[in-house]
Amino acid sequence: MSELIHIFSYSFMLRALIVGVLVALCAALLGTSLVLKRYSMIGDGLSHVGYGAFAIAAAANLTPLYVAIPTVIIAAFFLLRLSRSSKINGDSAIAILSSSALAIGMIVLSVTKVSIDVNSYMFGSILALTDNDVIISAICSVIVCVMYLVFYHRIFAVTFDESFSSATGIRSGIYNTLIAVLTAIIIVVGMRLMGALLISSLMISPSLTSMRLCKSFRGVTICSVAVSVFCFTAGLILSYYIDIPTGAGIVVLNLICFLISALIGKITKRNE
Amino acid sequence: MKYEGVSAFEGVSFDLDEGDFLCIVGENGSGKSTLIKGLLGLKQYSSGSIVFNGVKQREIGYLPQQTPAQKDFPATVKEVVISGCLNRNGLTPFYSKNSKKRASEMMSLMKIEDLSDKSYRGLSGGQQQRVLLARALCATEKLLLLDEPVSGLDPMVTAEMYEAIRSLNREKGVTVIMVSHDIHNALHCGNKMLHMAQGRYFFGTKEEYKKIPEFKAMAGGCLSDE
Repeated sequence: MSELIHIFSYSFMLRALIVGVLVALCAALLGTSLVLKRYSMIGDGLSHVGYGAFAIAAAANLTPLYVAIPTVIIAAFFLLRLSRSSKINGDSAIAILSSSALAIGMIVLSVTKVSIDVNSYMFGSILALTDNDVIISAICSVIVCVMYLVFYHRIFAVTFDESFSSATGIRSGIYNTLIAVLTAIIIVVGMRLMGALLISSLMISPSLTSMRLCKSFRGVTICSVAVSVFCFTAGLILSYYIDIPTGAGIVVLNLICFLISALIGKITKRNE
Repeated sequence: MKYEGVSAFEGVSFDLDEGDFLCIVGENGSGKSTLIKGLLGLKQYSSGSIVFNGVKQREIGYLPQQTPAQKDFPATVKEVVISGCLNRNGLTPFYSKNSKKRASEMMSLMKIEDLSDKSYRGLSGGQQQRVLLARALCATEKLLLLDEPVSGLDPMVTAEMYEAIRSLNREKGVTVIMVSHDIHNALHCGNKMLHMAQGRYFFGTKEEYKKIPEFKAMAGGCLSDE
């Protein structure tokens, strides 16, 4: 225990813990809806769009977040709209958007000779956060949590059955947009702080893990928040001791949790 | 109470009274599902009108065809059923006591109260349909729209399902509009029929329907002696 207190007496570790737990919590909340709506790749796709936006912001010398958040919100909105029209599927829309955004980002960077470290884009720099980062992520997380709690039942209804919800007078479009906007905010904040790979893993893995274990929607929601926060904290502490990249360590811990839960799910399936 | 519909696929017109049971039969692609979506306000129509007297748009209970995403959806029966009460919730974020009571009443009406804490994805097809029907009843007791309620169910369960729907109509006075491919059961349950085919439509009581050539074609060689 005193060992743990010692670790978090370093202010960079404490900042990483606060930001990470907040973002992990929000990502897990939203992830459940996204997985169930078959949008597992949206986190990945949007973070590539975020990369493109960061590149343009760097080239034009603008504040990265002010460019990235609106761009990613528009992309998220566009993706969720597009996949409802039958001509292009959701997964192909995500694929084309994410590779194009990445390509545009690369071109902008090479033309303007600005460089962004690709490694920090993939896995972020969670150990190099500023106080300002902590404040931004805290504000965003509180917004996401409050919105999610207030609209929890509606989000459930729209996730489970969109046409029934619309038919009985719930305006599904608004809640789909809400999910898109909240997802976009968390992805932009998360990818800047923790990297593109880590944020899409934080969104999807905990939900998949808890879907194997829980049978109710509320159970899955609570369980995935717990798994997400646990994996993040454990990964952070582990990376301190055995000197592995923090982000990659957290992703692998999530994978291990998923494999264990898949095994437990197989064993207990007959009792369901 | 009267519903009148004239829809965009030209010339379909029908009106129903409270307590009626309308069966919509017809070929694939004749616009049955479009009609349902039009009635629910899910699709815009370019011409014609749908008039509900005494029923608001949000007072329609709908039993949609199941989507693939629902097959592994982690939710308990209780959670699914109570989500039908959302439309009477207004803007409050949580369910009232009334909603909870209503949800449990509807579960016992559909005889699924002992499944209440079970997981939706673990249920059989027939049980799942009952859950969705209970959810639709939470939304309303005035008008139910059923889109092929028995597709994919085995014969025993199909019969039970029809029986459940019939008793809702007869005993609770719920007005029902049902899309079905099953002409015999449609005639057994319904009192009014809407036959839809490319360019030709028929609406009338089931006695009138039995006399027209479309019926003989639908019923084929196994014309029943009902």
